[in-house]
Amino acid sequence: MGFLTNLINGVSLGSVYAIIALGYTMVYGIAKMLNFAHGDVIMVGGYICFVCMNNLGLPVAVAILLSIVGCTCLGMVVERAAYKPLREAPSLAVLITAIGVSYFLQNSALLIWGADPKVFKSVVDLPSLKFFEGQLVVGPINIVTALTCVLIMVSLTLFTSRTKMGKAMRACSEDKGAAQLMGINVNTTISMVFAIGSGLAAIAGVLLCSTYPTLMPTTGSLPGIKAFTAAVIGGIGSIPGAALGGVLLGIIEIFAKAYIGTQLADAIVFGVLIVMLLIRPAGLLGKEIHEKV
Amino acid sequence: MGKLKNLNAATRSNLITYGMVIVLFVVMQSLAAAKAISSSTAGLLVPITAYICLAISLNLVVGISGELSLGHAGFMSVGAFTGVIVASMLAEAIPVGWARLLVSMLVGGVFAGLAGFLVGVPVMRLHGDYLAIVTLAFGEIIKNLLNNLYAGFDGSGLHLSMTNAQALGMDGGKIVINGPQGAVGITKLSNFAMGFLLVLFTLFVVLNLVNSRTGRAIMAVRDNRIAAESVGINTTKYRLIAFVVSAALAGMAGALYAQNFSSIVPKKFDFNTSILILVFVVLGGMGNIRGGIIAAIVLTILPEKLRFIGDFRMLMYAIVLIAVMLVTNNRTIQSKIADLRERLRRRGDDQAALAVDAEGGVVDE
Repeated sequence: MGFLTNLINGVSLGSVYAIIALGYTMVYGIAKMLNFAHGDVIMVGGYICFVCMNNLGLPVAVAILLSIVGCTCLGMVVERAAYKPLREAPSLAVLITAIGVSYFLQNSALLIWGADPKVFKSVVDLPSLKFFEGQLVVGPINIVTALTCVLIMVSLTLFTSRTKMGKAMRACSEDKGAAQLMGINVNTTISMVFAIGSGLAAIAGVLLCSTYPTLMPTTGSLPGIKAFTAAVIGGIGSIPGAALGGVLLGIIEIFAKAYIGTQLADAIVFGVLIVMLLIRPAGLLGKEIHEKV
Repeated sequence: MGKLKNLNAATRSNLITYGMVIVLFVVMQSLAAAKAISSSTAGLLVPITAYICLAISLNLVVGISGELSLGHAGFMSVGAFTGVIVASMLAEAIPVGWARLLVSMLVGGVFAGLAGFLVGVPVMRLHGDYLAIVTLAFGEIIKNLLNNLYAGFDGSGLHLSMTNAQALGMDGGKIVINGPQGAVGITKLSNFAMGFLLVLFTLFVVLNLVNSRTGRAIMAVRDNRIAAESVGINTTKYRLIAFVVSAALAGMAGALYAQNFSSIVPKKFDFNTSILILVFVVLGGMGNIRGGIIAAIVLTILPEKLRFIGDFRMLMYAIVLIAVMLVTNNRTIQSKIADLRERLRRRGDDQAALAVDAEGGVVDE
């Protein structure tokens, strides 16, 4: 049963990674930038939800909604203030700016909420499911996380393939200049992608903190980096790839923790990324792009 | 002075850099000798020299080679821990402190360079953001591995283990590195003078490399990889040279840094330390060695002086980092600054003209 329990935990953690990775992959696909601050948006989402539930006593649904709205606005503001002025700048400059934004969010959270970890109460208040005469216990949050992930992935796929905005996003990620000539407002589209990505980060934050209930200003940074790893493994720019990479990485991490050692789990996760990049730099479901002179 | 003018621009610039470092050392050393600086600042002298070396060496990768490395602290830690092991093993063989430090720094540098080579071979197949994220991953892997490293030595030699201290199977002896607790009971060998010498050495290596055929090839790859490749430059080789040299120098600085404290944990060399070094390089100006040195000094002393604003100082760091990037890379802001400068200059001219007019008036009378 230990194997099954680990598998379920792995899928659950992987689903959180997948949701974060979706945000990463969309932003990377369209803005061609590594949004380092994405992980910290997760943390902000967690804190907003925490404050709404514990300090303001709002119902869970409202708290989650407010957290999504808050992060969506945050994502758009960050994009407008820090990334938009650097649209033409070299990628190194943009990346360093993103690291700056990440530091900014972490230290703002440190000033507002303090360094001591907050205990996050799970947003799903249901009894655990028991199988095989109680040998296999499945937490309700695990099921909710996995279902949310599937739901988000399906709706995002439909959104990008069916709606006008979604098509505009794909067009912008292919060729911004040509998209602009076709009458697509590139700036609005990029802004929209940041909004969606950050909204997803808020959901991921709530789910992550419900599963692992400690909330600190640095809560988001490592999951953020791992989710990016997942996005790269799945093939950056690909929505099913991000989901696949996320779930795979979650499973690998939980199994490494269970069978090899907690201390080395992170090393193994990053090792997988390196092996992946060496064998298939474009990722599992990514397209290979050849450089043109 | 005539001779100085005949030198080419690069040599003159290098001499200015060496001169700046030497003057700074003499000033700080005499201030410290006269007890004119507080003990907290005096305690920062060795870390500052280590950070200067790290900034110079990272500049080689970020500024000269144009690749973003986010795992520099990883190489620093390899050098630090090898250095500590070597120094404690040689405690009897080399009783002279500075000689032991020198040997430990050299071995630390060699091992860090080796780590840089092992990391560099796969990493150099990538570019840009991918390279950045993989160096970050390697930095985390190195930290994780060192967190699990146990080392000690007894009569029969060095024992290493990745499980726990018992697994070392030691017969008495001394445990040097104890997993997550890091290196304990380090003899404090580092001092300001040795730090200064390491800065000079690092400067010597990097400046000579930059002004050599190899350095020009590295910069050509940075400026246009495809063009460089088309004139027969082996791009991977030259990027790898920059990466390995940078890692080795970081390892030497790490050995110096670690032996300034009585104990040091692997967690000290995490992602945040890598970013700290990157901030020195970025704020000093990417590719500008002198700027990096100044940034490393100012940004190490400033946080100590700004203790009273507490947690706000890290926030300031973040804001300054973003602001510098926006100011140096946004065309609109840059043209506004140019406008402003032009207007100020014109106003200066106007005032000068007015002054001339006024004088003229006096003459007319």
